[in-house]
Amino acid sequence: MSLKAKDYKSGIKPIWCPGCGHYGVLNAITKAMAARELDTHNTAIISGIGCSSRLPAYVSSYGFHGVHGRSLPLATGLKVARPDLEVVAVGGDGDGFSIGGNHFLHACRRNVDIVYIAMDNEVYGMTKGQASPTSPETWLSGKLTPHGTENRPFQPCAIALASGAGFIARGYSGDPNGLAQLIFEGLAFPGFAFIHVLSQCVTFVPEQTAWKQQVHSLDDIPSTAAEAAALIHADDGFSKGILFRSPRPVFPREHASTTADPRQAFAV
Amino acid sequence: MTTLTLAISGSGGAGAISTGELLLQLAARNGCYGMLKKTFSPQIRGGESAAILRLGDAPVSTIPAKIDLLIALDWQNFARFADEVPIGDSTLVLQAGPGEPPPGIHSSRLFTIDAAQKAADADSNWVNMFVLGMLARGLDCASETATELLAVRLQKHAQDTTAAARRALLAGYGEALPQPLQARLQALHCAPDAARADRWLASGNQMAALGALEAGVRFVAAYPITPASDLLEWLAQHIEPYGGHLVQAEDELAAINMVIGASFGGVPALTATSGPGMALMSESMGLAVASETAAVVVDVMRGGPSTGIPTKSEQSDLNLALYGLHGDAPHIVLAAQSIADCHFTTAWGVQLATQLQTLVIVLSDQFLGQSLQVFDAPADACPQAVLKRAGDTEPYLRYRDTASGISPIALPGEPGHMYTAEGLEHGENAIPSPRSLDHRTQLDKRQRKLSDFDFGERWAELSGEVEASTLLICMGSVSAAALEARALLADQGQASAVLCLRLLAPLPLATLRELLDAASRLLVIEHNHSAQLWHYLRSLLPQYRFASLALPGPTLIQPRDILAALEPAHVA
Repeated sequence: MSLKAKDYKSGIKPIWCPGCGHYGVLNAITKAMAARELDTHNTAIISGIGCSSRLPAYVSSYGFHGVHGRSLPLATGLKVARPDLEVVAVGGDGDGFSIGGNHFLHACRRNVDIVYIAMDNEVYGMTKGQASPTSPETWLSGKLTPHGTENRPFQPCAIALASGAGFIARGYSGDPNGLAQLIFEGLAFPGFAFIHVLSQCVTFVPEQTAWKQQVHSLDDIPSTAAEAAALIHADDGFSKGILFRSPRPVFPREHASTTADPRQAFAV
Repeated sequence: MTTLTLAISGSGGAGAISTGELLLQLAARNGCYGMLKKTFSPQIRGGESAAILRLGDAPVSTIPAKIDLLIALDWQNFARFADEVPIGDSTLVLQAGPGEPPPGIHSSRLFTIDAAQKAADADSNWVNMFVLGMLARGLDCASETATELLAVRLQKHAQDTTAAARRALLAGYGEALPQPLQARLQALHCAPDAARADRWLASGNQMAALGALEAGVRFVAAYPITPASDLLEWLAQHIEPYGGHLVQAEDELAAINMVIGASFGGVPALTATSGPGMALMSESMGLAVASETAAVVVDVMRGGPSTGIPTKSEQSDLNLALYGLHGDAPHIVLAAQSIADCHFTTAWGVQLATQLQTLVIVLSDQFLGQSLQVFDAPADACPQAVLKRAGDTEPYLRYRDTASGISPIALPGEPGHMYTAEGLEHGENAIPSPRSLDHRTQLDKRQRKLSDFDFGERWAELSGEVEASTLLICMGSVSAAALEARALLADQGQASAVLCLRLLAPLPLATLRELLDAASRLLVIEHNHSAQLWHYLRSLLPQYRFASLALPGPTLIQPRDILAALEPAHVA
């Protein structure tokens, strides 16, 4: 008998604030898992540190809540060693694009068959309100950046495309059904699937509740990287949907290898 | 025992190291034991490099300070490593290439040959192979063996390149060494030419890699760093036929986390690095401890701090290995004792990490890692990775507070035992908890699984009788010098014993105290500047009077340094 979305929840009560966008992401993940009919015990959800990185414990599956910024290498090691598992990495914008930024670039390049869901609220929530790499340049409420970030915001989807990701999508936590569909597609995609999720922080950036009016759906999926680049650069950052989808060989690849006792080579 | 030490030096790219490696292979085929220390600068071309070989009719594991023969392919930059290749009063020097010899070499001991011209006469520019031919002839090595080994070494090169190298080699065979050099080579009595499976020629890095593979490591994450890269490169060549994978990571932070991820999946996993890389791994090594995930980190130590002296040996990462983790993070630190022992110690590290679900740091060093040695093939059964699986305990508690401290582990894919591995402090059920009871329980459990574990007999190697003797205490590559010092002391009628520690943390204090109580004096010998091992032992065993001999790299500790440290004036 197939499981329903609620069967994929562990029953542990999330630590998130009321109104946090991450509840919607949790719902979307469990809906997508149900739709993909995943075995809970054959799924592993891997995270770093931050509010969103608490998510693995809330899903009925195996999980790993690691250190700040390193969910992608952790997930990479697990998937390469255990290709039979469905491996999903989750985390926030600070975790993924600042301290873990280098891993993001190289996970896009490497193309291991994992899904990466980055819940972006443009703020460090768990440490109580500092600017993140995606904070707007003029955001004045960051506790370490009283004059605004004076930094250009990081562009996750553009960077993912430039780094070679074969699947790039953007979803919105206020639209869990739409997001579940994107996660479903990401799970089905062979290779690294990046899903950028606008997931509001009602506590430190309450103005993000206006995102509900700002998001809009994309009509078509660009068919080439050049079209995707044009779309992503022209975009207002609120387009929902698949921004790029183009499979390429997945890592690790199969190699023919011969078995020879390595001891023989050491004999004098 | 008869030994001969010869150095082959040249500017980077001149082929001094390959000449030395081939000569050692040839000598080994002729029944000799031997070892080869590589000394080079970090740049690829234009630096300096030397292969220092010691050949003997019995196993040799040290390189003496005194060089019997120096073969200079050229003199460029020779001064930069003159203190590692000291020319003594009896050193014979063969100058095979251009440049002015350093001052102080008496003309009666300096011989020259224009090897470049001689190679050119054979229509070749392989000057080093010409020199190899001369030396191989001097050792009575069969030219067929030499050409065969050369062909294997150059198998990826174009045919005309290989042919030119072979012409130079054979031309060298036609050239006799100057008589005084020839006489020294002849003094070594080698057995007839024969290939033999019971004697190996390998580096410590190769042995560590083989030990990892044979213990069951099937996932390796690799970020290049001198002097650990060749360990990882060997695994890259050999792990796939075993169904394993090696991933080149984007940095050391990724490498250690990939290892933890693979290990969480139940696949024994390892990475290798050196001091700067292990410093970067430090935070996540704490994650391995807290989440109770097996992880093996081999640290091939080099001179530090910072970039330090990347290509030279030192034992100065001991403090980092022992104390470099944040929080209270009990873990295991092992030190390989010799080139051959890199095999056992690394395999044991894999076994302990999986059995005790924790971090194991295996210390090696540049001398062990990159020197080549001829040794008797390991006879020990190789330790194997072990996982204590969850079974049918209900309810399943990943971090159950068991008597041994070891909790049954479930692996992803097993129904009914799902849990989220945690770096946050947690209860037995793996759910994050800041409660003091949970913190205390888990701290105690993680400590107890190491403190109460019986590590057995292999925690150290003891040579000699401790009762009423001087006990030389050391780790890693220093042990070979300590063993030679013991033989020299015995010649002088002084009783001594050598205790080489393999298990540095947790230190088996009760067993260690029995040895220390029996000895008449204690000297701790180590290859670093600040006496890290001495401080460590003093902190755990404050009732003993340890003397210290701590010398930094890049020069190696010599037996005579140990003897000098035992002179009464020093000990006082």
